[in-house]
Amino acid sequence: MKAENDNIIEVDGLTKRFGSLTAVDQISFSVKGGEVFGFLGPNGAGKTTTIRMLTGLLTPDSGKAFIDGFDIKKNPIRAKMKMGVIPETGNVYVDLTAKQNIILTGKFYGINRRELEKRADCLLGEFGLYERKDDVVRTFSKGMKQRVNIASAVVHNPDILFLDEPTSGLDVQSQRLIRKIIKEMNKRGTTIFLTTHNIEEANIQCQRVGIINKGRIAAIDAPENLKRIFEETQSVEISFNKPIDSGLIENSQFAERIEQIGDKWKLYTDNPDGLVKYLAKLAQEQGLILTSMQICRASLEDVFVKLTGDNPIR
Amino acid sequence: MPVRNLNSQFFRGVATVTEKNMRIYYTKPPVIIYGLLLPLIMFIAFYLGRDIDFRFFFPGLLAMFLFFIASSVGPLITPWEKRAGTYERLLSFPVSVNTIILGDTAAGMIFAIVINLVVLAAGLIFLHYSLNVLLLTGGVLLGAFCFASLGVLLASPAAPNPSYIMMASSLIRFPLIFISGILIPLEKLQGTVRVLSYFSPISYLVDILNFSFGGHAQYPLIFDFAMLFAFSVVFIFLSNKFHKRNLMKGL
Repeated sequence: MKAENDNIIEVDGLTKRFGSLTAVDQISFSVKGGEVFGFLGPNGAGKTTTIRMLTGLLTPDSGKAFIDGFDIKKNPIRAKMKMGVIPETGNVYVDLTAKQNIILTGKFYGINRRELEKRADCLLGEFGLYERKDDVVRTFSKGMKQRVNIASAVVHNPDILFLDEPTSGLDVQSQRLIRKIIKEMNKRGTTIFLTTHNIEEANIQCQRVGIINKGRIAAIDAPENLKRIFEETQSVEISFNKPIDSGLIENSQFAERIEQIGDKWKLYTDNPDGLVKYLAKLAQEQGLILTSMQICRASLEDVFVKLTGDNPIR
Repeated sequence: MPVRNLNSQFFRGVATVTEKNMRIYYTKPPVIIYGLLLPLIMFIAFYLGRDIDFRFFFPGLLAMFLFFIASSVGPLITPWEKRAGTYERLLSFPVSVNTIILGDTAAGMIFAIVINLVVLAAGLIFLHYSLNVLLLTGGVLLGAFCFASLGVLLASPAAPNPSYIMMASSLIRFPLIFISGILIPLEKLQGTVRVLSYFSPISYLVDILNFSFGGHAQYPLIFDFAMLFAFSVVFIFLSNKFHKRNLMKGL
């Protein structure tokens, strides 16, 4: 049964248990066609279990998931034809060449040989691998292998692309290239379902993010809306011309929490104005030169920490 | 990509899994060692220095080669793919567990048939038989399918290393050689060994091949074929059950 609304992914009460552990506990959400949806959560929160249920690798104990209207439990093959998957632990065949990997994947989707050759060459060019197309993947770097992985996953022009930590452990160039490709695929109409530990990546790329914690959905909204919920979590980032002792700024009545980030200090506050004035006065008294100072709104990372801490706000 | 026909998608999946296995696994050292070298060494060890009529021994030799080769590919694939991280990706393609099981079985079957054709050709050149080609073909096809599906079944336990599965599978495969009428003809097997021979699928192929090469069959041929078919069905059924149970183990 095809969905009549514009949701391409619909999840309703999805639950998965492993023995006594409930890895995913009655989660429900939907993703609109053409959306870039980020799925965030700390390790063991249930991200991979959710993605494995959505892609038909794991059978849910209860609840339903629809991919473009197809029930993944009842119609796994039809649902899988709609998607491309880059699993967290998914590697390409290192004994095959880059081109052979792409062509092999295409065959699973019934693309004819001539069309496959054309698409493989095109993708290899797009992913910067054309010169190495006939080399076995064993000789590739991790970033190049991941590019082959993604090129293979999109050879059939899927409507939905599931990516489980796609840039984890990759060099900067590969990360940027993969982000660019994801963006371009989304422009062409592909829905992106992205799980990542990299909150900044989700902040930049995703139109909406879902945060999962201990198997339950803690929040789902646009990054900016989520940040607005935590307006009180503002901070002042400051750096001086020379290292200072934390005790110097610790006593401020305005700062609730202090964090050292490299050569900078981040002071969380609900009164940034008072804190800035206090810090300026302190610098003058101590003969310190302010090399940078800025007031920061709550970041997506702050929201994530708040939601996935010991006492998550639901 | 829309799916017009789920049956054609299923067969396309089986063909693609088979092609993948043929490209990747035929040249892996464990397949060469456990599939080709081991039966050759066993044959040499048994045959050399003994006064045996090779014409009489050849059908059993053919069955032994078919058994070892067909059942050597299956145990390697799943453990190897789980360790290499390719299995989860394979499962994300539009395939079912049955697609993968049949693709793995077909890969073992094709490998065994091709190698056996070489052994058969050598046998026919040097030894002169009046062959029942139809019976031989049917027996080899069904035997290869049966032994390859046993190989896939042996791959179903979750193991941290493919070598564990290969060793465990050898422990199961080796004893079968001694109770299946390969080294000692079926009609000469006595007592417990005779009873055990009924539980080995190789016994029935040996019987079919003995008859195909102009010898005598111990059992009615229809019974031999039925038993090979029954073993195949049981192996495929159990493979499906155990592979599903251990699907995500070891990923």
